[in-house]
Amino acid sequence: MKLTRLTSLAAGSMALALVASACSSSATTAPAGAPASAAAPASAAASAAASAAASAAGGAASAYTGPTDAGTAKGKTIAIISKGEQHQFWQAVKKGALDEAAKLGVTATYQGPATESEIDKQLTMLQTALSNNPAAVCFAALDSKAAGALLQQAKDANIPVIGFDSGVDSTIPVTTVATDNTAAAAVAADHMASLIGNAGTVGVVVHDQTSQTGITRRDGFLAQMAAKYPNIKVLPPQYGAGDAVKSADIAKAMMTANPDLKGFFGANEGSIKGVLNALKETGNEGKIVAIGYDSGQQQIDAITSGVEAGAITQNPIGIGSKCVDAAIDAINGKTLPKTIDTGFAWFDKTNINDPAIQAVLYK
Amino acid sequence: MQSTPAPAPSRAQSIMKGESIQRLLALGALVILLVFFSITVPHFASTNNYIDILTATAVNGVLATGVTFVIITGGIDLSLGTAMTFTSVAMGLVSVNLGLPLPIGLLAAFAAGALVGLTNGFLIAKLKLPPFIATLGMLYVTLGMAQVLSDVHPIYFEAVQPSFQQFFMDKMVFGIPNIVWVMLGGATVAWILLNRTILGRYTFALGSNEEATRLSGVNTDRWKIIVYIVDGLFVGLAGIVIASRMNSAQPGLGMGYELDAIAAAVIGGTSLSGGEGSIVGTIIGAFLISTLRIGLSVAGVPDQWKSVITGLVVIGAVYLDIMRRRSRA
Repeated sequence: MKLTRLTSLAAGSMALALVASACSSSATTAPAGAPASAAAPASAAASAAASAAASAAGGAASAYTGPTDAGTAKGKTIAIISKGEQHQFWQAVKKGALDEAAKLGVTATYQGPATESEIDKQLTMLQTALSNNPAAVCFAALDSKAAGALLQQAKDANIPVIGFDSGVDSTIPVTTVATDNTAAAAVAADHMASLIGNAGTVGVVVHDQTSQTGITRRDGFLAQMAAKYPNIKVLPPQYGAGDAVKSADIAKAMMTANPDLKGFFGANEGSIKGVLNALKETGNEGKIVAIGYDSGQQQIDAITSGVEAGAITQNPIGIGSKCVDAAIDAINGKTLPKTIDTGFAWFDKTNINDPAIQAVLYK
Repeated sequence: MQSTPAPAPSRAQSIMKGESIQRLLALGALVILLVFFSITVPHFASTNNYIDILTATAVNGVLATGVTFVIITGGIDLSLGTAMTFTSVAMGLVSVNLGLPLPIGLLAAFAAGALVGLTNGFLIAKLKLPPFIATLGMLYVTLGMAQVLSDVHPIYFEAVQPSFQQFFMDKMVFGIPNIVWVMLGGATVAWILLNRTILGRYTFALGSNEEATRLSGVNTDRWKIIVYIVDGLFVGLAGIVIASRMNSAQPGLGMGYELDAIAAAVIGGTSLSGGEGSIVGTIIGAFLISTLRIGLSVAGVPDQWKSVITGLVVIGAVYLDIMRRRSRA
């Protein structure tokens, strides 16, 4: 996969993190209250140190703390284009963003297309948002390459662009607020491996191949498996568009083709819901290890009951509020780190009721 | 009152014969596909896999059955998928949020479907909107309404109606989930409606020659609306079936399901220009699509190629239909 300048810094810190987590044995969190206006190289080192401290328990968020005052951004409008509103994850991001905007006294608009495959509709929304001349734009790209021309348009109009959730294959966004999905998927792979005894066949159900979240989670999982667990065979990933019914049918087909299948990784909420439905329909609950991503009521219930072994949760409210923070800082002319890692955590039956985990789960 | 106008006997007979040939072609293609996959794809020829295929066909089979009526009249319904989601949300609201007994929730799904059908029919018959445009508009309306009513939140049945999924997904007869029997039962009802009732005769009449039908004294507007309501009732049934598979109403899904439904009907011999179609053919078409998809999945064919092959099969089926028509004319 091609690396661009934007992702190479993140990839570099991820590589450091993987190497460091292989050696380290304790988890520490980055010191809070570090100054927000760190210069790019220093903050790359800072976020590298932060994610280097991550162990199999989760990924520490980067040291970025947002502004306490809106400054010149007060009363201005920030346009947020997300990937949609139909999944609860996006509802949580929306809440985080709108709450933070209200707290700091800026206006934020939040919209997204009806499904995560409507790349063109999302671009149209971005275009419309730009023509209303917002003070800043936050954008979660459905396709990391397709928005190039519009981003240039934003840059020419001096509208700062903040990437979130999925990054954009471009140097134009001043920062990207996201989860380190590659490292998170690697942690999922680690847990899968230990649960199936480091050997066997595993299936992966992903939502799509065009968004960065789809690509990085799939590749992160596959790379970790290939690097550390040579006795585990990962089947070619199948794509269910995040549709729980389609993903269920795909998972059942994979089980049919591979009767000795030992585990499934669902790379987003819709995908793991499909896997869980498939296990239920075929009577394989508890016999095949299921590991998911994000939360939602069905996953929470499944993890509590033990049908699902565990999942990776992001920090959707954090993503929403940090992207508004970054937008305000950008409007005020502050320099931002290239990536703002909002952190992830592995959760299962043992820690699902911890306050830290409960705070980032959504229903 | 004059009897229903029908095309001249010989043309009717040749249409029937044409449909029978198409149905045989579709059935033949399905059998060939099953044999092919059984031979070339390991693990395909297993009872569990066949049951998986049946289960996967349930939702599309119901949607396709409903839209067959509409297509025979020369219309189309693009709102099938999102309206299905809308009806499942309606059911969720009634059975979970309001906590009313399950049968009332089922009625709510049918009512919601009928409402969408009534609206479609009204727009098309009374306001004379082209079916493509009217149902396309309703696609967006139902998509949005499903999200508005559910507050963009999935509605889960487990807590309030624990017996819901069990009732529909239980494998009570021959180890096949009940939703498959529901689909086949619905298809039987549709067959009776289409072939043994006046609704069926008028459906074909509207598609063959709407003007002549109207001139002979039939209230074509009213019957068109009824056809779309019947379609809506099947959409409601599909909403129930898909909700039972996921044990929830998911407001984000549904768009795109209409394409599979229409493809199933067309593969089965229903002509997009109206006047021809059969329920048996539609069900065979639905099975063909599921078999193709699942066979390719079990074979491990990459996603992209699955789409290409499915598309080519649909094109091939429609082409055969056109060739058959041309050779008869």
